[in-house]
Amino acid sequence: MKKSVLLFIAVLVAVGLLALVAVNGVDLLAFEIPSYKDGIVLGLDLSGGSSITYEAQIPEGMSQSEVDRGMIAAEAMLRARLTSFGYTEAMLSRAGGNRIRVEIPKITNPEEAVKMLGSTARLEFRDPDGNVIIYGSDVTKAEVNVGPVDEYGPSVPYVSMELSADAREVFRLATMEAAGRPDGDNYIAIYLDEELQSAPTVEARHAAAGIDPVDGVMITVAGNREEARRLASLISIGQMPFDLRQVELRSVGAVLGERALETSLMAGAIGLVLVLVFMLVFYRLPGLVANLALISYTVLMVLLLSILRVNLSLPGIAGIILSIGMAVDANVIIFERIKDEIRLGKTIRAAISSGYRRALTAIIDSNITTIISAVVLLALGTGPIKGFAITLLIGVLLSMFTVLVISRFLLDCMVNMKVTNSRMYGV
Amino acid sequence: MKNFKFVGNFKYSLIISCVLMAAGLAGLVLLPFGITLFNFNIDFLGGTILQYEMRAVMDKPQLDEIAALAESAAGVSATVQRSGDTGILIKTVDIDTDRRQAITNTLKENYGITDADLLVADNVTPTVGADLRNAAILSVVLASALILLYIAIRFEFKSGLAAVLALVHDVLVMLSFYVIFQIPVDTNIIAAMLTILGYSINSSVVVFDRVRENRKYMPKSDFADVVDISSRQTFLRNLNTTLTTLMPLTMIIIIGVPSIRDFAAPLAVGLIAGCFSSLFLSAPMWTFFRGGKKERI
Repeated sequence: MKKSVLLFIAVLVAVGLLALVAVNGVDLLAFEIPSYKDGIVLGLDLSGGSSITYEAQIPEGMSQSEVDRGMIAAEAMLRARLTSFGYTEAMLSRAGGNRIRVEIPKITNPEEAVKMLGSTARLEFRDPDGNVIIYGSDVTKAEVNVGPVDEYGPSVPYVSMELSADAREVFRLATMEAAGRPDGDNYIAIYLDEELQSAPTVEARHAAAGIDPVDGVMITVAGNREEARRLASLISIGQMPFDLRQVELRSVGAVLGERALETSLMAGAIGLVLVLVFMLVFYRLPGLVANLALISYTVLMVLLLSILRVNLSLPGIAGIILSIGMAVDANVIIFERIKDEIRLGKTIRAAISSGYRRALTAIIDSNITTIISAVVLLALGTGPIKGFAITLLIGVLLSMFTVLVISRFLLDCMVNMKVTNSRMYGV
Repeated sequence: MKNFKFVGNFKYSLIISCVLMAAGLAGLVLLPFGITLFNFNIDFLGGTILQYEMRAVMDKPQLDEIAALAESAAGVSATVQRSGDTGILIKTVDIDTDRRQAITNTLKENYGITDADLLVADNVTPTVGADLRNAAILSVVLASALILLYIAIRFEFKSGLAAVLALVHDVLVMLSFYVIFQIPVDTNIIAAMLTILGYSINSSVVVFDRVRENRKYMPKSDFADVVDISSRQTFLRNLNTTLTTLMPLTMIIIIGVPSIRDFAAPLAVGLIAGCFSSLFLSAPMWTFFRGGKKERI
């Protein structure tokens, strides 16, 4: 008897400790569990923010490889602009072949962002006095290469740029002038939307004839390959062969997002308490066990959401709240079953064991169909619906675990503690 | 419920369920003919929704004035309605960022709101709307097919058919709710439908399971009697699980923000429909498919 009491208490302590971990987070050497505040990422509909989808307006007859190159340039442009506007937390993703989605948290004027991000890029090469030498559209190719940049040099990443025939002579003269400047400003500046992006130096040895871009121009980059890639894609913006049109905008103000989060959490909390009370009143001792299982379910849910860094959306919260009710479902199936078995005259221990055995197929069948729905939503849904599917899926799996393992274990402990009055089991 | 004849009263259950399904069914059937009973949101058709916090309750003349202001600013017709206590919601066709900005600007000038009072700005172009629509149809069809397949493997054909028809019933009742109360139909309806598809089958499965088991113990009884007894035995369980699931959902409906409320309310209706169909429809339907009362097991 003593052992079962200890085990029972041990489970409660374990759940309590897990709850502490969920609230405060824990940092073991190899394995870090973030606190729920750090781990759970709030979706834009809860934190406030805008999701803007742009579609490339592809001219007819453009080849797929041209489109792909253009899309890379478009992404580079959006990234550069997001950075220069200070939207450092913004996320960028390709949505289908010719769409790009930009997600910007905590932004108050979405229309301004739509306009600025999507406007046609103005990429210019300027001399140190600010005069435009060539435009981005004069660039025909810009890519990252790795190799020695002069005869005896080490192998380094550089950007190799090619220019259209019309622009070559202008560029040669400009580099000649830049290399020969006595004031030390021996560079060519690259501007995007009036914003200086890079200013590669033109070496003094080019002062005589300038750089003839007939075989391309090498721009070495102080830094790593990543930096070279950034510059290459930036220069490619000039060749972006299409415009971007905003085709979808979802924007939620921070005020509404906050209100949505608060009210949903409140609804979840009250709902949880209602369920706990209902179960205790209706099912008594097994109800208490179910409640303990439900509380551990809630704790584990929060932990998993933090560990997996789930992006929590408003429908996602609905999924969690829905799964609170569903988590009880399996308990109820089993307890009704156990009651029946007790009424048939079985001992409590036998009733629990056969109740579980008989309820198992029903529980598994019904959960699998929900899992099917969740997986389909996960595969085909977009944005917030994906969030709903994830929480629903985690919810279903967790509820099966808490019912089949935790409830069962606690009930067995109860029986071992000689709590065997059938009235306590609601009969 | 002690002596309720679930099978004997099947025809009354059927009448009730037909009444409940009528609006949703009509909504679906009329859709291909271009008649829309649903209140489609911009998600599937394309369009623009702007929602503002006005910091005061807007009366009818003010709403009309806002509509006129929005129309002259954007150059397209606009409908304006109240949203929440002091909020308004402006709906137009798909318009570009300049026109949307113009609407916000005119409200700033005339009603003194700020950028922070723009609660929601949603814009969907018709092409994206069509994509969302196709993804929605695909996911419902795919999920239904997979669930059907699972049921077909796990159950004999006639009980599987009964369970699936009960599911169809639950979803149609939910759609009726969308039609009658003109709940905005957005992409969330997919999540709502699939949840009901996945979850409502629970109850039918539990009843069927009990029927299969009781048949072993009551080899001489009528199938209909076995169904009645099994339904009675599982009645409390079905009611209680629906209640516990409804409790948190009801709290969302009471205190949640409108967008989540529009999602939770149809779910709640679907759950109640699922509770009803599992008790009064699915098992009696199974009996019916087996050839009524006369057949002995």
